[in-house]
Amino acid sequence: MRASGAAALERTLVEHDNTLAYRLHMDVPLLIGLVVLAAIGFVVLYSAGGQSMDILSRHAIRLVIAFGVMFVLAQIAPGHYQYWSPWIYAIGLIMLIMVLGFGQFGKGAQRWLDLGIVRFQPSELVKISVPMMIAYYLSERPIPPSFKRIALGLVLVIVPTLFIAKQPDLGTALLVASAGLFVLFLAGIPWAAIIAASIAAVASLPIMMNFLHDYQRRRVETFLDPERDPLGSGYHIIQSKIAIGSGGLYGKGWLNGTQSQLDFLPERSTDFVFAVLSEEFGLIGVLLVFIVYGFVVGRGLYIAVNAQETFGRLLAGGLVMTFFVYVFVNVGMVSGMLPVVGLPLPLISYGGTSLVTMMAAFGLLMSIHTHRRLLSE
Amino acid sequence: MLLINARPNVLLKDPARETVLFRGRAIAAAVIFLALTVMLGVRMVQLQVFEHTHFRTLSENNRVKVLPVVPTRGLIYDRNGVVLAQNVPTYSLEAVPDSIKNADQLLAELGQLVAISESDIGRFKRILKSAHRFNYIPIRLRLTDEEVARFAVVRHRYPGVDVHARLSRDYPLGALLAHVVGYMGRITEKDLEKIDQTNYRASSHIGKTGVERAYEEVLHGGVGYEHVETNAQGRVLRTLLRQDATPGADLYLSIDVGLQATAEAALGDEIGAIVAINPRTGGVLAMVSTPSFDPNLFAQGIDPESFKALNTSLERPLFNRVLYGRYPPGSTVKPFVGLAGLEYGAKLANGKTWCPGFYQLKNQQHRYRDWKRSGHGSVDLHRSVVESCDVYFYELALELGIDRMHDFLGLFGFGAPTGIDLGTESRGLLPSRGWKRNKYNKPWYPGETLITGIGQGFTLATPLQLAAATATLANRGLRLQPQLVERMVDIAAGREHVNAPRIVGQIEISNAKHWDVVSKSMIDVVHSKAGTAKKIAEGIDFRIAGKTGTAQVFGIAQDAEYDEAKIRKKLRDHALFVAFAPAERPRIAVTVVVENGGSGSATAAPIASTVMQRFLRGPADPVTAPRSKLVALGAQ
Repeated sequence: MRASGAAALERTLVEHDNTLAYRLHMDVPLLIGLVVLAAIGFVVLYSAGGQSMDILSRHAIRLVIAFGVMFVLAQIAPGHYQYWSPWIYAIGLIMLIMVLGFGQFGKGAQRWLDLGIVRFQPSELVKISVPMMIAYYLSERPIPPSFKRIALGLVLVIVPTLFIAKQPDLGTALLVASAGLFVLFLAGIPWAAIIAASIAAVASLPIMMNFLHDYQRRRVETFLDPERDPLGSGYHIIQSKIAIGSGGLYGKGWLNGTQSQLDFLPERSTDFVFAVLSEEFGLIGVLLVFIVYGFVVGRGLYIAVNAQETFGRLLAGGLVMTFFVYVFVNVGMVSGMLPVVGLPLPLISYGGTSLVTMMAAFGLLMSIHTHRRLLSE
Repeated sequence: MLLINARPNVLLKDPARETVLFRGRAIAAAVIFLALTVMLGVRMVQLQVFEHTHFRTLSENNRVKVLPVVPTRGLIYDRNGVVLAQNVPTYSLEAVPDSIKNADQLLAELGQLVAISESDIGRFKRILKSAHRFNYIPIRLRLTDEEVARFAVVRHRYPGVDVHARLSRDYPLGALLAHVVGYMGRITEKDLEKIDQTNYRASSHIGKTGVERAYEEVLHGGVGYEHVETNAQGRVLRTLLRQDATPGADLYLSIDVGLQATAEAALGDEIGAIVAINPRTGGVLAMVSTPSFDPNLFAQGIDPESFKALNTSLERPLFNRVLYGRYPPGSTVKPFVGLAGLEYGAKLANGKTWCPGFYQLKNQQHRYRDWKRSGHGSVDLHRSVVESCDVYFYELALELGIDRMHDFLGLFGFGAPTGIDLGTESRGLLPSRGWKRNKYNKPWYPGETLITGIGQGFTLATPLQLAAATATLANRGLRLQPQLVERMVDIAAGREHVNAPRIVGQIEISNAKHWDVVSKSMIDVVHSKAGTAKKIAEGIDFRIAGKTGTAQVFGIAQDAEYDEAKIRKKLRDHALFVAFAPAERPRIAVTVVVENGGSGSATAAPIASTVMQRFLRGPADPVTAPRSKLVALGAQ
């Protein structure tokens, strides 16, 4: 049975072995998807940034750096990552604790760690280190994991999540939690447990609300009724919806988004860039972008399924989930379906750190996909 | 149901099984992702298709603002086109409330570049509370060029603050016509109640007194509109559509600035009033009330100290004596009482009496004095007017009775507003039996009739009423309403509206000769050797018909303390003089009141003569800058 399984595995492998791309450890379809997204990002950012070449050139530099990081990480075999997972995780956790202790303030929250030369957001590292750790932990033993494993796995997820939430950075906490939980899910937590946990989570939501900071609570209230504070916190949502809705089917045309060009839409280069896209390119544009993102997600899942090791699969799955959550939460937030949590749109939003993190994740994905041990060895 | 892993603890994995399991989960994940994506898609469809129209409308409303365009205010000229009120461009520093996070800090920072006073700050904060979020409100008006430049350098640092060019009202002749033209001030809540708020959306100031106020509607014009594209800071990016404002009409007053200046100079340092009316049209040729004030102080927002100084000054520069000053007319009523006597056929009117210098009522001790102690001797109507004999008029008044005097004088406008186009005015006081009963619930006494006959007692008249009555006399009974605005010119529409003379009525006199009698006596007041105003007859080549008056003091209500010198002056008689000239075909009727001026003939008559000479002859020398008696406010 094992032999047939191995054979089956072999058969599912896509034969890359000798192509240039494979030797460079680049997965071409994924790369193409990412480049297309980056290109879309350029086009939209040019408009959202007020046709500023300055923003565009800075974004280009960041993209180059990010793609570079992706390339570098793709060269490293997944085995190494697997080996170092616990350490990476530990470092991330320590840095999180340090941030809470004496982090630098940025936008009223403790998220940064000033290491003298470089300012660093530990939560970015954690976005990768948590799924990595869970993947590592769960792949030590055969999946589905034992109850004990599940429990400890949850702890491994929840602890950094809470640290991040305390910064406070709800958006990232959500992201990390979902990535970690997704890995657990992929590893085979029984469905019953999932359902039970979901019900428990929903039920405890009101209690959770109490732990929210004032502004977070207001965010939720505003989300539920943006009209209540049209010039305060509801402003973003209202303006965003106006931008999106007024785009209609075909959009107002590139550079013609009145909401964005006229300063009505705040954060339009960063968190709310999707609204600019919707306003200028309409539903058609939106659906096209969905397709591209969907393609990337799909390719990621494909890579996950075709990974050779459990670690690779779980990690890949976790990273794909991270990516998906970014997109889903950002679009949901911008369209008023979710409270504002400040997650950027990957590859399109202007901004450095999460871009690098995301591309690092793709680097890992490519690494997983293009480092294959032939089973015959 | 929790599946408890009952497998043996083996390190060997089962790749195939794991693959299948993982695949299953991956597919489940894919399905979930797809479902969530569809959810997003549905949301987008909802927003961009079903609610598209709704959001499109909101998007339009967001970006297009309707801004009111302020209309250009009409100018005010004198009859010859001398500018009395104009609009000058000034620069003001303004801010949008929406962009202000910390008002104190902003004002402190801006205060480094531009002088901002405490009252500026106070006013700004007050307006800030109630102002519209995206409308500019002024921080400081009338910036100097240097201040404008200083701010321009750092303008980019203050996105919600800007320098705007505005038109400000300016009064080039300052205090000379302050009481006539009036001034403008900020629109207050009270004003808002009375005006069409839409029309005033772009206006910050409104006429408060004088012509500026009385003709506010005409001067203001109609507001215009601009559809502009703005960004969220309210900064206008471009204009999409514009409907121009309708400028206000220009007003040409009947006032002659040269005459006004002469009159004001003639009053000199005295406190008083001069009114000159054209009897043929009712047009007011000059209207002087001294002391005056500089209306430009009000145009930019007067500071509380200066206002207090003006308001509480004993000499009351803000008080328009022409319209509101109530003075006992004194002997100036004598021609009218004389005419009443003729009309009612009083015996004395056509006869004579003996004036010993005093008069006594039957069975009464009290002596009602004549101003000439030694008496005038045998007097008739003519002589009594010429020499201003009081005793004659005591008797005549008694013969007429208070009510007939009241009725007759009422025909000339005493005791009622003249209806001048300047807004409100005092109606003076013309006593009667009924009046006294209503007011004091007391009967009327004969002694009161006596003194009413010489214009003392309860009787009060404003200089304007006296002038109008004199003009009516000059017109032989044709009563015209005094008017300040002669014509209104609407340049935009190319139209001119002329205020025709308004006839109030014609006093019917049974015998035209009665006018002759009164006229002649008034001419002789000036031109006969016994006339009380004979001094002014020298050096003029036309004939003046006039009447002096010296009124005992009823002070204009004061409730302040004064020093001794002032008290003494305050107790002196008011000096009055009414006249028209040329006597045969009158072109000007003048009233001069000099408060506490002493003798009408000595003080008031020469002033009236100066005014009439200027009018009838024209300027003697090139017009010199008018000298205005301003109440000292410290720094001038």
